[in-house]
Amino acid sequence: MPVLELRGITKSFPGVKANQDISLTLEKGEIHALLGENGAGKTTLMNILYGLYRPDEGEILINDQKVDIEGPNDAIARGIGMVHQHFMLVPVMTVTENVMLGNETTKSGVFLDREKVSQRIREISNQYGLEVDPEAYIKDLPVGIQQRVEIIKVLYRQADILILDEPTAVLTPQEVDGLFKIIHSLIDAGKSLIFITHKLKEVLHIADRITVLRLGKVVGSAIPGEVDEQKLAEMMVGREVNLVVNKKIAEPGAAVLEVKDLYVPDERGNPSVNGLNLDVRAGEVVGVAGVQGNGQTELVYALTGLLPIKSGSIHLSGRDIHKCTPRQIIEQGVAHVPEDRQKHGLVLSFPLLDNMVLCTYYKPPFAKGVNMQEKPIAENGTGLVKQFDVRTPSIFVAASTLSGGNQQKVIVAREFSRPIKLLIASQPTRGLDVGSIEYIHGRIIEKRDEGTAVLVVSSELDEIIALSDRIAVMYRGRIVDILPAGATKEHLGLLMAGVKPEDIPDSAKQKSAGPVEKVF
Amino acid sequence: MMKTKKNPEMDMRTRIIWGAVLIAVGLLVLFLFAFSTEAGQMTKFGLNLSKGDAFVVPDLLLPTQPTNYLLALILVGVGAFQMARGVKSTGTLVAVLAFSFVMAFLVWAARDKSFSLVGMLSSSVVRATPIALAALCGVISERAGVTNIGIEGTMLFAAQVSVIVGTISGNLWVALLAAILTGGLVASLHAFLVIKFKVDQIISGTAVNILGAGVTSFVSSRFLEKNIDALNNSGTLPSISIPLLSKIPVIGPVLFENTPIVYLTIILVAVLHIVLFYTPWGLRTRAVGEHPKAADTLGVNVYLMRYVNVIFGGMFAGLGGAYFTIGSVGRFDEVMTAGKGFIGLAAMIFGKWTPIGAYTSSLIFGFADSLQVKLQILKVGIPPEFLLMAPYIVTMIVLTGVVGKAVAPAADGAPYEK
Repeated sequence: MPVLELRGITKSFPGVKANQDISLTLEKGEIHALLGENGAGKTTLMNILYGLYRPDEGEILINDQKVDIEGPNDAIARGIGMVHQHFMLVPVMTVTENVMLGNETTKSGVFLDREKVSQRIREISNQYGLEVDPEAYIKDLPVGIQQRVEIIKVLYRQADILILDEPTAVLTPQEVDGLFKIIHSLIDAGKSLIFITHKLKEVLHIADRITVLRLGKVVGSAIPGEVDEQKLAEMMVGREVNLVVNKKIAEPGAAVLEVKDLYVPDERGNPSVNGLNLDVRAGEVVGVAGVQGNGQTELVYALTGLLPIKSGSIHLSGRDIHKCTPRQIIEQGVAHVPEDRQKHGLVLSFPLLDNMVLCTYYKPPFAKGVNMQEKPIAENGTGLVKQFDVRTPSIFVAASTLSGGNQQKVIVAREFSRPIKLLIASQPTRGLDVGSIEYIHGRIIEKRDEGTAVLVVSSELDEIIALSDRIAVMYRGRIVDILPAGATKEHLGLLMAGVKPEDIPDSAKQKSAGPVEKVF
Repeated sequence: MMKTKKNPEMDMRTRIIWGAVLIAVGLLVLFLFAFSTEAGQMTKFGLNLSKGDAFVVPDLLLPTQPTNYLLALILVGVGAFQMARGVKSTGTLVAVLAFSFVMAFLVWAARDKSFSLVGMLSSSVVRATPIALAALCGVISERAGVTNIGIEGTMLFAAQVSVIVGTISGNLWVALLAAILTGGLVASLHAFLVIKFKVDQIISGTAVNILGAGVTSFVSSRFLEKNIDALNNSGTLPSISIPLLSKIPVIGPVLFENTPIVYLTIILVAVLHIVLFYTPWGLRTRAVGEHPKAADTLGVNVYLMRYVNVIFGGMFAGLGGAYFTIGSVGRFDEVMTAGKGFIGLAAMIFGKWTPIGAYTSSLIFGFADSLQVKLQILKVGIPPEFLLMAPYIVTMIVLTGVVGKAVAPAADGAPYEK
């Protein structure tokens, strides 16, 4: 008897059928993975289950009882708990306060009983290996611990069915391992789990059963062991997908970017880039690997003129650019695909055609004197939308209306369509679906082959490995080592964790055989 | 991860600036006050409100010039220490600065005269009351995530309704209740607009202010002025002495001989503090103001929390409105709130969105207000127009300089959409 069954769930939003006739079951003690690209309807389905949306059609059964879930309270009462992709935690409150919120324990019926709840949190922590300090403030906790708090919140409400929405998206590899351990201890305690993700490797690793969604419909289900990544990716995307980045051996030319002894303080004045040396040659991809927060963001900001440097030099084709404004840097042939595409990459409220000329709007043919030229701007927009396969109803819609993948394509279209010498791509595929990742990776390699120097910064190790000809590992504001393509994940992982290059055991350096594989 | 270290250069600079400011003010006291007095002049601070109290404490007699020298010395000394070593809390520095300067000024202004210190403190508490109520209205609304800048207008409505109800019914308690209900009603209009229809909260608040000023002025000039005895002459709430407590010297007359509105305000501060930080309701209120979606996913009704809190806030503002009419003069004058609603918002920010902080800062504004009145009586030679500015200047200084980093609730002013 399944603990949970969804039958024929259908949900429409204006213009979109988010879920169409979706049915699935969850057995007791099972990890059921829900796999699909962004926008496939996974989160909508789970929000229906959690009572945040009402379905247009279909029914939900819990332990073979038909139930009507009208809101989160109903879901919680029926033992359903959800760990949201974007954590639902109040940063300025303590762990205890966050856990008790909405389900408070009181003294004499009036006053919050923080001690009792802290005690309960400690019990849950011990039972499931979810170590956390109940008195700590959320804003002081790293993301991995915040996720534990989310799981504790669910367990505190005695949920038996847990929904984890993209739980690994924000975690480092080590934190992912920790999460998987926790998941197993939950299953051992008799809980059942729905695991939402678009990462293929994870699904094969952790799930007991896989259901694949595409465009709001169930397109198939599978059991790990009977399918491989290739097969799952094809079900997800609906066509054959190239999981391996095909690229020739790089033919690097002269150095385009040379960085020497760079020191950059972050926005609060704390040192973040600490004596960094790096060079990138024409026709090669240099990947910067590292755990987030080791100065990568500030490095990119310094290179693109967004953050002043304290000392050191940055040379572009032999010219010192450390005092240049962002526009001057752009004009010298630097393209920047920023980390935060919505904040630094696009003006979200502007239509696509205007976003496409953000670097060049003041130059002919887009401007004559002080006048913007509508026609060339529109032609440019139409051309790029076609050339870069941006899926949009028109070039006149605001950038905010596009999906993440298509927003990123707009940025790529704008940056790649100019003549450039150096491409700086920061987290180029964060949060994107398989199809878009494949596309953007292909474009980056294409630029490399045209002789552009490429610097890729990513916290996804697999992405770095797939794209790079050389891999620079960044730790506490420095490049601690530069490895050739084909370095092992173990080797990189140890360097990222701060192990000195000379202390790396040879066993970690063994090269993996075969083509470099990409993971989503 | 990198450790966050404080930048020593920055610390050094702020330290020296603070020290320099203290020394400069000390010299100001010296030149402005101490040098312009003569040896032998005395300042008398009255410490009793009325004769016939059970305990009479002797008045405070201070030699004017030495006192000013002493205060200047304290300022310069603390400033020099700050420059050399640095005092840990800026709060202490502000307190020393403000206290010494104000004392020096008062000692100088009241030289050769008698000045009722208790009278001024007592009037500070009274004048702080409407500001505090406005601030409490702001605290409870903004903690729930709704900005309410319409407090001024809300208070005007409540002030007018209470005087009319009071005059017609002849019962001031009914008038007080009417003021509170009026405040709740006006706030519910604001709440309805911004929660249900997601109208921009600043625009809605401004509309309430304009509406309040316009409607009450119209009613006042059209009806109240012509029928003063029938509509605009309510009398005032009686002052209540708390037995025993009011007999304590100095504190007694300042705190325990007041109108019910003053007592209600102090009680509200305590109650609101407990509710906000020690009860489920408060936890939910703060969660809704910080991260409404998080609260929603845990089954907290975001809209309901916001409605109720904003309407309660409006009731506080309504009580504050009643202060202007039935709490002090017994009649309504056009735009008689004179910006107290806005000063209340400043007190809320200065008090970092906490009830106790808001009340404390209201007391500072109330002090500036009553100081201004006393100085006019003392005839210190400063034009009254400048003295009238005092509370507003204090507001500006507080908002721009002293507050430092006060962090508003994260979702303050943002409508919640599921």
